[in-house]
Amino acid sequence: MQGDCETSMVKADGCIEFKNVDLSIDGKLLIDNASCQIFHQGKTLIIGANGAGKSLFLRLIAGLLIPSSGEISLDHFTPLKNDRYCFSLVFQKPVLLRRSTFENITYVLRHSGVDKSAIDDLVIGALKAARLEHRAQTPAHNLSGGEQQRLALARALVTAPCVLLLDEPTASLDPASTSIVEDMMSKAEADGMKVILVTHDIKQAKRIADDIIFIHEGKILAHSGAKEFFKNPGSPQAQAYLDGKVFIDE
Amino acid sequence: MGEIGQAFSIALNLLWNLDNDLIAIVSLSLKVSIFAVVFSCFLGFTIGAGLTVYRFPGRKVFIIFLNSMMGLPPVVVGLMIYLLLSRSGPLGVLGLLYTPTAMIIAQITLITPLVAALSLQTLQGLYGEYNEFFRSLNLPSTTKMRTILWDGRFDLITIGLAGFGRAISEVGAVMIVGGNINHLTRIMTTAIALETSKGTLAFALALGIILISISILINASVMIVRSLTKGPRHAG
Repeated sequence: MQGDCETSMVKADGCIEFKNVDLSIDGKLLIDNASCQIFHQGKTLIIGANGAGKSLFLRLIAGLLIPSSGEISLDHFTPLKNDRYCFSLVFQKPVLLRRSTFENITYVLRHSGVDKSAIDDLVIGALKAARLEHRAQTPAHNLSGGEQQRLALARALVTAPCVLLLDEPTASLDPASTSIVEDMMSKAEADGMKVILVTHDIKQAKRIADDIIFIHEGKILAHSGAKEFFKNPGSPQAQAYLDGKVFIDE
Repeated sequence: MGEIGQAFSIALNLLWNLDNDLIAIVSLSLKVSIFAVVFSCFLGFTIGAGLTVYRFPGRKVFIIFLNSMMGLPPVVVGLMIYLLLSRSGPLGVLGLLYTPTAMIIAQITLITPLVAALSLQTLQGLYGEYNEFFRSLNLPSTTKMRTILWDGRFDLITIGLAGFGRAISEVGAVMIVGGNINHLTRIMTTAIALETSKGTLAFALALGIILISISILINASVMIVRSLTKGPRHAG
């Protein structure tokens, strides 16, 4: 993703725009005519039932999937540090290298063009932020689920991307770990990163969302401010989702 | 039963006294097999990692070919190498037939497909796990290869040990290309075959005990490496 972003630093009006985006895999239409604008300010949460296409939507933003048709444009998004990545993606099941906690973070810095002399300090800072400094030399796979997710998030943040994409990062975490992860997200946002998060947790969405994208069967049915969405979801599908009911098309 | 017992006694005596012939045969066996395994691992791991990361036309056909090569009959490999290295063969000028080098070549030919195919299976699993992470970092293929080779190192060591197990116990191919010449190309397996046919059971048995001990040692090493790989996982 490096180099995809413009070099000008105009973050205030940064925008990710989907224009009539379709995504088909093996002949099946999974994202259907998606159009929306995601602005730089605030945390954007993507919600929807299982299989709605939320993770695909996130992967389209990250460039891991190419739209079958339509266009995704990035205006005025640039890495906070020019030698870093534009996007960082944190997966629901953290993908950790079979190395120590310390080396997991070193790895991404080494491959993102960071000056070698600065790497150790950046890693130590990232470990402190994730409250993992005492686990620096522990093999990453020996960390608890919450620690693994914090490590994955710390590793994503250390490259100072312009957009932080998170795919249900707190789905399997206890409340304490969820709280630490949410604090890290808020800190990232305060540092100028755009945070886009996929979640199933409606309470979490109410707690942290600034705007909500609701996806149902590959279609964006709602994109509005969080308060407005929870007051008026705008579609029977979204209302059913918020009520914890299965929506059945008639 | 008495004859077997007597053979055992003489065998243990040969081992205890570190019989010169015995030592020469064992050390040549180890030398040939270690050389072959090191080279096969270098080649096989590279092929395995390359096939894991790169996509090219004919890749699947190549993988099928590689998997088929795992079951190559050693005597056929021996015959092919013999034809290549014999005086009238294309590589006859090198004068390698009936030398330890020819035996190493034969063992490399046998082990490399095994190492490559097994490492491909291992590395594919790891690559599947890492793939999206790699793509999100936009890493070049060579970096991906280096990463999976390093992170899969414990599994690859196990594969290398399995390759060594096959090399050290191989008899057909090395007999054909090495010729089983005393003090030159005689190794444990070929010596056991020869001494058994001559009726010198004690010497054959002594070699057999060493061969089995090496096999046990390899299996123990594999288990230790595997337990190191798994390690204690956190419950949470």
